[in-house]
Amino acid sequence: MSDAKTRIEETNNANTVVLYMKGTKDMPQCGFSSRVAGVLNYMGVEYADVNVLADEEIRQGIKDYSDWPTIPQLYVKGEFVGGCDIITEMTLSGELDEMFDTNDVNYDKEAADRIREANA
Amino acid sequence: MQASDIEALIRESFPDAKIQVVGDDGVHFSAEVIDESFRGKNRVQQQRAVMAALKGKMDGPNGEIHALGLTTKAPD
Repeated sequence: MSDAKTRIEETNNANTVVLYMKGTKDMPQCGFSSRVAGVLNYMGVEYADVNVLADEEIRQGIKDYSDWPTIPQLYVKGEFVGGCDIITEMTLSGELDEMFDTNDVNYDKEAADRIREANA
Repeated sequence: MQASDIEALIRESFPDAKIQVVGDDGVHFSAEVIDESFRGKNRVQQQRAVMAALKGKMDGPNGEIHALGLTTKAPD
């Protein structure tokens, strides 16, 4: 079994959008993970979800990899974007839309606008 | 863990920052840190610095803070 870092890089290179989370996109098991997965699901973004609760090595490895102590962690094109707070802020400010646009990630623009309206 | 403990820990690394920590259940907190050192840094860099100030309290063996909502920015 290759080490966590290699596996993380493989996953991040194989998928444009990766969410390291507690639980899965359909069964999140932590409020913060659930919020980020919920936004991505609602916006119809295609992403790989990695359940860190099922893989202790990745759970620690991802925190070392990004030098970020908490889960969830969102990656776009191998780049660490942020945790729950940052993704929430970026969703509301529209920066997440821009990031997806520049990285040609498909998402439902109207859904994103609805999120912003709901939180205005 | 109390909000004041978190504030003190952040204060050690950000002596001139405006820090506000809220949370009274001992586990869930939210903190706002406004400091000149954040100017020109993106959110990840800003928040990474604050979490580094919390020296392992966020996670790891004595990860007492399960939930810290963090807002950071440079002074307007």
